Amino acid sequence: MPASHSDTVRRIVEDMKGRPGPRIEILHSVQAALGYVPSDAVPIVAEALNLSRAEVHGVVTFYHFFRESPPGQHTVSLCRAEACQSMGADELAEHAKGRLGVDFHETTKDGTFSLEPVFCLGNCACSPAAMIDGRLYGRLTPEAFDALIAERQPKTSGSKQ
Amino acid sequence: MTAATVYVPRDASALSIGAGEVAAAIAKESSARGIELKLVRNGSRGAFWLEPLVEVVVGSAADGQAAAAGGGHPQPAANGGQRIAYGPVTVADVPGLFAADFLNGGAHPLCLGPTDAIPWFATQQRLTFARVGIVDPASVADYVAHGGYQGLRRALSMAPEAIVQAVLDSGLRGRGGAAFPTGIKWKTVLEQKTQQKYITCNADEGDSGTFSDRMLMEGDPLCLVEGMTIAGLAVGATQGYIYLRVEYPHAYRALNTAIAAAYQARYLGSDVLGSGKRFDLEVRLGAGAYICGEETSMLESLEGKRGEVRVRPPLPAIKGLFGQPTIVNNVMTFASVPTILHQGAEFYKNFGMGRSRGTLPVQLAGNIKRGGLVERAFGVSLRELLYDYGGGSATGRPIRAVQVGGPLGAYIPASQFDVLIDYEALTAIGALLGHGGIVVFDDTVDMARMARYAMEFCAVESCGKCTPCRIGSTRGVEVIDRILGGV
Repeated sequence: MPASHSDTVRRIVEDMKGRPGPRIEILHSVQAALGYVPSDAVPIVAEALNLSRAEVHGVVTFYHFFRESPPGQHTVSLCRAEACQSMGADELAEHAKGRLGVDFHETTKDGTFSLEPVFCLGNCACSPAAMIDGRLYGRLTPEAFDALIAERQPKTSGSKQ
Repeated sequence: MTAATVYVPRDASALSIGAGEVAAAIAKESSARGIELKLVRNGSRGAFWLEPLVEVVVGSAADGQAAAAGGGHPQPAANGGQRIAYGPVTVADVPGLFAADFLNGGAHPLCLGPTDAIPWFATQQRLTFARVGIVDPASVADYVAHGGYQGLRRALSMAPEAIVQAVLDSGLRGRGGAAFPTGIKWKTVLEQKTQQKYITCNADEGDSGTFSDRMLMEGDPLCLVEGMTIAGLAVGATQGYIYLRVEYPHAYRALNTAIAAAYQARYLGSDVLGSGKRFDLEVRLGAGAYICGEETSMLESLEGKRGEVRVRPPLPAIKGLFGQPTIVNNVMTFASVPTILHQGAEFYKNFGMGRSRGTLPVQLAGNIKRGGLVERAFGVSLRELLYDYGGGSATGRPIRAVQVGGPLGAYIPASQFDVLIDYEALTAIGALLGHGGIVVFDDTVDMARMARYAMEFCAVESCGKCTPCRIGSTRGVEVIDRILGGV
């Protein structure tokens, strides 16, 4: 973890440690700032809260939302729950994996997209649903999915490749 | 001429199918035409097959050529006018709507007439959702103009015991799924003699097919704020927490905006409406754990810990958040309270059947033609919801089964669609009403695969504390795999 990240974590911990039950709040802030919760952040949080490392690591690993590795530039979360399944979410997931060339919990080689499963986005009357970088999409088709990906694909610099 | 008022939802679901782009297109088109208009970003009315649903306010019923087409009764809107609906609107439709003078209710193929006269809405009994999709969610003034904070005002004139008694008399039961009588929970907390008590709201709406909490928090967040404030007065608690799932970023923003506005207007804080009573409220985010919809896991998570269930007793009402007496209720439960205090326990109790009193916001989801939110008194049949409101499956194929009550609920086959929406009636057929989400599947569904999915979900989401769940769910997946493999 770069020194700048350690400073960020320390600053967050100092700001928030006085709040009631601050552990998850701090981890949220760390992830919001850095994109993930680096393993080196765990001892810093633990020491400030007078907890063991295990008590912080255990929280990081319990919750699906916290990630221990940096995400791609864009995080694509596909809903995998029943309402979306009733409208073709399984087929959409297979399509997405093929389109991006990764499985769930993986990031594309160029670091552009991370693909994550999510269990219900509350968009169950407009299934199937996905969220990309906090933006919600509904009634997705493979074609619509491809268009959303294409919008975010970095432009290849043709001549030099 | 006053500026026309146009409503375009900011509800997450509406945004997911283009409401944001439609709002931008309307703003752009109006300025290009030099027309002044007031654009209000409301919640969704809940008819998602009509979203993005654009509404305009016309001065009186006679103003709208389209009003007659709807055939309904004129309904009052914010400025005494009537709201005319157009939907589903796409960006490409916007210039045509202006050309058809939709700002004055002009005729257009997308015109649906007066919103309240659309049969899907007209037959609903909206108590909890009375203001969702109607008001500006960020405005305290609009909330008050539509009957908001009447319940709190009433509560401030009552003794704590009387508030609890009103909730008890209303027959309100916990809307999260367990259906425990709310008043009994509140009474237990009231009876505890401690300095610090807490009001916590379970907004970890994790069951697939449920979105009523999200819609209310985005469309009428002050209703939840008011309900929790009343709970604080009722039991002598000064601090409230809303435990919101992280998958709901739109609700997070809407709640924080509403809470800030409530503080500003002194409906929250050290001196609620000049009563000398304190109530503070804060939103805390979960982190993607289904189990945290269980109340003791939620309390652990609010304390910043792993969301592992606690052994009961002691009940949270006696020893809850940070070891103090705590009310834990679902969003829908708290949101029902302002109506009960404002209109009276008797009014609320007169809706419903048997031991299920009041109304239930039902959510129609999945493979359904007209999905969305239907609030009706308990006692409506599943069939009426699926076919009269829902219009059957979206694919047009026969409905094979519906899942009610989330992954821990049950799949109800078509032969049992005459069951009534009532806690006891569903229990009697081995089902569970849960949070009122109904997920529809057509006849192409592979039920064995859905059973495996449910069991696998339980295995993944088990917090690991109790052996039957931790080990049993994994063994369950193996058993189903053997059955499917014909072993």
